[in-house]
Amino acid sequence: MTNALIVDAALVLLVLGLALWVIATRAAYSAVVGFVAYGLLMAIIWVRLAAVDVAMTEAALGTGLTGLLLLGAAARLAPYETAEFDRRPGRGLRVLIGLLCATIALGLAVVVLLLPEPAPTLALLVADNLPPTGVENPVTGVLLAHRAIDTLLESVVLLPALIGVWSVAADPAWGGRPGSLPRPPASSALTLLAQVLPPFGILVGIHLVWNGADDPGGKFQGATVLAAMWVLVLIAGLREPPAVRERRLRLLLVIGALVFIGIGTSGIWLAGAFLAYPEGYAKPLILAIEAVLTLSIAATLGLLLAGPPASDQPTRKTS
Amino acid sequence: MRLALDILTIVAVSLGAIFFLAGTVGLLRFPDTLTRLHALTKADNLGLGLVVLGLLPQVSGPLSALALLAVWLLALLSGATVGQLLAGKAAVPDPDRAQTLAPVAGSRHD
Repeated sequence: MTNALIVDAALVLLVLGLALWVIATRAAYSAVVGFVAYGLLMAIIWVRLAAVDVAMTEAALGTGLTGLLLLGAAARLAPYETAEFDRRPGRGLRVLIGLLCATIALGLAVVVLLLPEPAPTLALLVADNLPPTGVENPVTGVLLAHRAIDTLLESVVLLPALIGVWSVAADPAWGGRPGSLPRPPASSALTLLAQVLPPFGILVGIHLVWNGADDPGGKFQGATVLAAMWVLVLIAGLREPPAVRERRLRLLLVIGALVFIGIGTSGIWLAGAFLAYPEGYAKPLILAIEAVLTLSIAATLGLLLAGPPASDQPTRKTS
Repeated sequence: MRLALDILTIVAVSLGAIFFLAGTVGLLRFPDTLTRLHALTKADNLGLGLVVLGLLPQVSGPLSALALLAVWLLALLSGATVGQLLAGKAAVPDPDRAQTLAPVAGSRHD
């Protein structure tokens, strides 16, 4: 017990220290590196809290994918960074920002410390209503049966994000291939990794989705692994990213949400409510939705990393 | 038998922790990217390998043992590749690439 307490205390101190460092450090690149380490430590803390699903999401999406996006942003901003250093806001503004942030932190602390004892929970309700869904992982049950509308919006919201990324493309580049991924000079080591790793990665991704029904895991975690494998192949230059004008690609992006909405809408007649599943078919329907959503999410995440369309247009003639 | 396995665990995991410590000290103290990479590989390859070796006697079944070994092998694979990429970057400074490739330009912020 005391050993566990020491480990937990060390983890908490590390996370707090890292968080302070990320805020205090001046260079964007160092801050992002600190943020990635912070996210991995948070994942360990979620495991310590027995929230393995959250831990995996934090490690895969919160740290891996977001970290990569932030690294790309930091690299892009690097040329302007020194100029920013000279234009620091005045002391008054900084004090005001500090005070506002401190107020938010205090407010959050008060809310957390004043939670009623025992904390309000729906866990018992979920546990009682899990059997009809046919899945054994309560997190998946909640996400796809009890709170399906949240999950639907969650997977749809990725598409506006991607549209946002695409919309910063220059006009002549529109419709072309994404060009933000780094392309290191061809090296045998990277090529080997991009050839050896994807089979294992794809297996792990599918395993995470399949396991999500009964054990920790799920479509977001699995899709992130799949997207990572795709991006690895793209960075190694073994494949070119698809042009964003391709119909098949766009269909792949929306098919997950379409199937989810389609099954959900048919629930109005078959089960009496939007996003309700007919009796006895909950599990196969949930698995089908998870499978298609995984593909769409993986494609969306990969394209988010690939960035806006760049100027190379191999398929369209210049007019 | 149980005792011997436990002792193996304690010795191997402690050795692994020492390698991690030495690798971290090297990462912080060594002068340039190539020597730092050298220190890092000690922590990643040997340190993690020893920790995994030490944990093997404690797992519940052969599947968990395989999973642990897979973790080590995948870390070896990715560590070796990233090491090659970083070393290649450090050996051939290329100014116009440094802007687009900050994730790999690890030697930039010291």
